[in-house]
Amino acid sequence: MNNNLIEITGMTKVYGEDEAAVYALAGVDVQVVRGEFVAIMGPSGSGKSTLMNIVGCLDHPTEGAYMLDGRDVSQMSKNELADVRNEKLGFIFQSFNLLPRLSALSNVMLPMLYTADDVSDEDAEARAVASLTSVGLENRLHHRPNQLSGGQQQRVAIARALVNKPPLILADEPTGNLDSKSSVEIMDILHNLHKGGATIVMVTHEADIAAHAQRVICVKDGKILSDGSDGKNHCAGLHQ
Amino acid sequence: MKLRKIFRSAWEGLMLNKIRSFLTTLGVIIGVASVIVMLAVSAGAEAAIADQINALGANLIIVSPMRGVPGASRTLLLEDAYAIEEQVVGITGVSAEQSPAPQNIRAGGVDLEAIALIGTTADFPDVRDYAVAEGRYFTADEDDRKAKLVVLGAGIATDLFGAESALGQTITVGTTKLTVIGVMESKGIVSDVDYDGRIYLPLNLVLQKYMPVSTMRADAVRTIYLKAESQEQIPSIIAQTTALLAERHDVDAAKPDFTVQTQQDIIATQEATTAAFRDLLAWVAGVSLLVGGIGIMNIMLVSVTERTREIGLRQALGARQSNVLMQFLIEAIILSLVGGLVGVFIGVGGSYLFGSLGTMRTEIVPLSIPIAFGAAAVIGIFFGYYPATQAAKLDPIEALRRE
Ligand SMILES: Nc1ncnc2c1ncn2[C@@H]1O[C@H](COP(=O)(O)OP(=O)(O)OP(=O)(O)O)[C@@H](O)[C@H]1O
Ligand SMILES: [Mg+2]
Repeated sequence: MNNNLIEITGMTKVYGEDEAAVYALAGVDVQVVRGEFVAIMGPSGSGKSTLMNIVGCLDHPTEGAYMLDGRDVSQMSKNELADVRNEKLGFIFQSFNLLPRLSALSNVMLPMLYTADDVSDEDAEARAVASLTSVGLENRLHHRPNQLSGGQQQRVAIARALVNKPPLILADEPTGNLDSKSSVEIMDILHNLHKGGATIVMVTHEADIAAHAQRVICVKDGKILSDGSDGKNHCAGLHQ
Repeated sequence: MKLRKIFRSAWEGLMLNKIRSFLTTLGVIIGVASVIVMLAVSAGAEAAIADQINALGANLIIVSPMRGVPGASRTLLLEDAYAIEEQVVGITGVSAEQSPAPQNIRAGGVDLEAIALIGTTADFPDVRDYAVAEGRYFTADEDDRKAKLVVLGAGIATDLFGAESALGQTITVGTTKLTVIGVMESKGIVSDVDYDGRIYLPLNLVLQKYMPVSTMRADAVRTIYLKAESQEQIPSIIAQTTALLAERHDVDAAKPDFTVQTQQDIIATQEATTAAFRDLLAWVAGVSLLVGGIGIMNIMLVSVTERTREIGLRQALGARQSNVLMQFLIEAIILSLVGGLVGVFIGVGGSYLFGSLGTMRTEIVPLSIPIAFGAAAVIGIFFGYYPATQAAKLDPIEALRRE
């Protein structure tokens, strides 16, 4: 059994048909090893989010194979994909995506609504509390999102992403809506997660954020420009 | 995902917007309440008719002058009643009745104004299933002799003599002194006739003393009631009576100046009216339930649009299409069930209220409660299903991207 958590080969995603066709991804090969912290960079419209959506099992590729944790995901039904997202993936969004009327605790409990085996209310709550504690929000359990700072909201979102203990964390511009101080807090949390053995794939525009990652993949026009396996960031020049 | 959890998240969804949820259920509340109230109103009307049947007495055949035929009210005569009694086979009794203008009554120190009198033949208590409580009714012989006797309605007896016995007392009706020989059992007011507030006199006495002199025939009667031996005899009695009276009145039996009806005929026309009334009410109630359902669908569609991002998020967190479908479907069902429950309470309360106002009789139909409640549930499922499928069909990426 190989140690690749993600194995993508020849992945293409086409929007539209014929002359109007847009190749959001034009033949991409990516491998991510367990425990890696990968940043994806690239100019706007280069296909980063498209790639993340497919990695996140939210979208089907037009062509190509995708093995996630040893299973072929590219051929799965919608229900199977939903189960994979629930068990294997934790999402962190740029805009947090918390449900505004629910408390931090209830927001973090959401993924446990959809687990295959029924989690009891007590277990679900205990796990959510533990998860919020791990991001330093044990004193904000019953606060609503609008009673929290942006950085705190993103930490709730991270707690939610972690609560089902998924093998892969996906973050699409997690600091995009945050000031620099909050960004540092969030990156510290991700950094610690990585040190604890988590696999993280993150999209970002900022070179200093990408610098937290071990490896920077650079995407342009739906193709991988450089894979940064040499530890250097070849993307920096593409951003202003 | 367990049903309990789906219910909880559906409930949370509804609590996000309490006022809207309440306004949405209002349609169902009104619909369910009106179904129950309207069925109670028409059941009340039907019960009033049933009382009327009992008030008239069983196996009754009613002969009256044909309405709208000039002079017909003067051609139905007491002799017709005697002739029927002698010649028609299958009857146990005949009671002819006539009621003159109301009269003032005096007894001892008490004066009663404008009391209804009714002249009857001796068979009246038997034919109309209306028993004498105290004393006796007058005999056919006393009727023939125009004996100055009177039987009081229960209310009149109390008004005139209180707790004292009325029997043997003399009362003045108009200008004539009559001896009380009986008091009828209490019957109350049935279909606008106050049986207890009338007095009962020999028909011949009434015809002689109380009918206006201008009446061309002093022996015309208002109604002749026949009591059949059994239900089966009724058609034959009708045929015999019709033939007999047509001959006596010298009219074509196909175009008579009288009508021979059974109480069923009379009830049937009344029932047809209440049935039409009830059907109309049922339609109105049904339509308001439908409108309530459409309200639910409308709000659920708005809710799906507003909560697109939430749906996308739930899908990203692992919600299957069926989870999303169930959440929204159950939200709709909760709305309609809560609406149904509140509607049942308001409907039952409203029915009692209408009944107690006195103008309308209401009787709650027990079956209407599960029917209305069930209809609300069905409406929730029916009108909630489409918005729920719209929610479940959303593409997670599109939904998440929506602002
Ligand atoms: N649903 C869609 N329909 C049509 N074209 C699309 C769709 N989604 C993305 N695209 C196109 O695919 C290309 C890649 O889009 P994508 O969102 O992956 O870019 P991105 O690298 O995430 O950009 P940004 O940095 O601005 O977020 C773009 O040209 C975009 O216009
Ligand atoms: Mg993007």
